[in-house]
Amino acid sequence: MTGFLTLLHKELLRFWKVGFQTIIAPMVSTLLYLLVFFHVLETRIEVYPEVAYTIFLIPGLVMMSVIQNAFANSSSSMIQSKISGNIVFVLLSPLTYRAIFFAYILASIVRGLLVGLGVYLVTLIFFDIPLLLPLWAILFVILGSAILGALGLIAGILADKFDQLAAFQNFIILPLTFLSGVFYTIHSLPAGWQYLSHLNPFFYMIDGFRYGFFGVSDISPHISLLIVSMCLIAISALTINLLRSGYKLRQ
Amino acid sequence: MLSAIEIKRVCKDFGSMRALVDVDLEISPGEFFALLGPNGAGKTTLINIIAGLSLADSGSVNVMGHNVITQYQQARRNLGVVPQELVYDPFFSVREVLLIQSGYYGIKHNNLWVDEIIERLDLTDKANANMRSLSGGMKRRVLVAQALVHKPPVIILDEPTAGVDVELRQTLWDFIKQLNQDGHTIVLTTHYLEEAETLCNRVAMLKEGRIIALDSTQNLIEKLVSGNSVKIRLLPDNLPLVLQPLKKSCTNGLYELRIDNYAHLEFILSALRSENIHIQEMHLQQPDLEDAFVSLIRNSGNKLQ
Repeated sequence: MTGFLTLLHKELLRFWKVGFQTIIAPMVSTLLYLLVFFHVLETRIEVYPEVAYTIFLIPGLVMMSVIQNAFANSSSSMIQSKISGNIVFVLLSPLTYRAIFFAYILASIVRGLLVGLGVYLVTLIFFDIPLLLPLWAILFVILGSAILGALGLIAGILADKFDQLAAFQNFIILPLTFLSGVFYTIHSLPAGWQYLSHLNPFFYMIDGFRYGFFGVSDISPHISLLIVSMCLIAISALTINLLRSGYKLRQ
Repeated sequence: MLSAIEIKRVCKDFGSMRALVDVDLEISPGEFFALLGPNGAGKTTLINIIAGLSLADSGSVNVMGHNVITQYQQARRNLGVVPQELVYDPFFSVREVLLIQSGYYGIKHNNLWVDEIIERLDLTDKANANMRSLSGGMKRRVLVAQALVHKPPVIILDEPTAGVDVELRQTLWDFIKQLNQDGHTIVLTTHYLEEAETLCNRVAMLKEGRIIALDSTQNLIEKLVSGNSVKIRLLPDNLPLVLQPLKKSCTNGLYELRIDNYAHLEFILSALRSENIHIQEMHLQQPDLEDAFVSLIRNSGNKLQ
C-alpha cells in the first residue's frame, strides 16, 4: 500500500507543482468557451424546455474540461517519464502493475475533478445552475475521468514521441469530446448523426453528468451508467494487461 | 549456497540482432564482479533483464533465489540498480527523490537512512536542491543513492563512472568498495579496465551476446598474457641478433622484448653492452586486464570469423 500511496502522491505533486499550467490555464480556456458561446448563442438555441442554453452548456463544458485534463494528466506524465527515462525508477521498484495503474488513474481523476470543480465554482458566481441529483453528477464525473485517465495511460505507453501523443489527443479525444453533446442535445441532430452519437462513449458520460444537474437527459441515465461502467472495466483491463505485458516499457 | 544472481540460458533478440545468446552466469553473495565487453556486447541488455527492465526471450534469472518474472517483487526488493543514463525527475529535490524511491519499495519514514546516504555520497549541500540544478557528477551520485534506499543485498552499476571526473570517480569507488566490504554483492560494467582489475574478484567478458571468458581477474590475466615485457629505445637503433627472438614489436624505434623473469633483463643488458649499444629509454611492462581484454576480444574475433 505504501508503494501505491507514494506513486499517487508523486503523481499528484507532479501536476500540483505546475498548477498554473495544469489547473488554472485549462480553467481559463474553458471559461473562455463559455463566454463566447454565451454571447453568440444564448438566445438562438433551444435545448431542454426551461433550461437556458448557457445553463445547459455549463455541465457539458465542466465535463469536457474534466475529460481533457484527466487524459492530459496520465498521458503527459507517462510520456515525459518515458522520454526523460525516469520511468525506470518505477519499473525497477516492486510496485505491482495494479498499483501503478491505480496511482496514475487516481491522479488523473483528481486533476480532472479539480479543473472541473474550478470551472463550476467560477460559473456559480455568474449563473444560477441547478444541481438536482448531485450523486449522479459525481458518479459520472468520477467514471468519466477514470476512463480518460486510463486512455491517457494507454496513449502515453504507446506513443514514442510527443507528436504521436498529440495526434491521439487531436484526432481521437478531441473529436469524440466535441461530437458528444457538450454543446448541443443530440435530439437536435439529424437521425444519422444521432445514431453515430450513440456509438460515442463520451456522449453517455456527458449526458449522464448533465442528468445530475437538470434531472433530464437524452437517454436514460441508467443505460448511460451501464455503458460508462462497462467502458471503464474494459479499458482498465486493457491498460493493466498492457502494463503487465511490459509492452513499450520493458522492451 | 544461494546465488546472489543466477542466470540460466538467457537469450534475447532485438529483431534480427542477437543481443544475448545462451548466457549462463552465477554470481555468489559478497562478490565484486565485473562485466566487461565492447559497446554493443550485450552488457546493458543483460543488466536490464536482471533488473526486469527488459524481458528475456528464453531462460531464467533469479536474484537471491527469486525469479525476476514470477517473483518480481521479492527479486526487485533484493536488487539496487544504477542505470547508465543520467536520468532524473525534474520535478523534485534530491531528498524528495530519495524519499519517493523509498516509498516505492514500501518503506515509510526512511529519513535516517536517506540522510546517511546523502552524507556518505557527499550530497548534503544539495539535499534540498532541485534535480535539474545538479551537475552531471551530482546526478550520478543521486542515482547511486536511489539504488540504495532499500538497502539491497545486490547492487548493479552500469558504467557508473562514465563521464565522471577523476576525483568523483575515486570517491565513488571508495564508497562502492565499502559497500562490498559491508557484505553487498556488487556487479558492475565499466570501460575503465584498470578499475575492474583493482576492484573486482571475478570478471566475465561478453562479446556479441556471448560470455567468452569467465574467471577470477588474476587467472584471466595470467591465462591470457604470458610474461612481462620491457620496452627499450636504443642508440644506435640496432637490435642485436641474439635479442631478435625476444622481440614482440617495434613501434617508432621502441622495441618491446619479452622477458620471462627479471633475471632475463641481465641477459638483455649484457647483449647490448657487448655490442656497445646504449639504452636511451626503458619501460617495464606488466600484463593487465586491458591486455587480456584486447587479446581475448581479438582472439575470439578470429575464432568467430
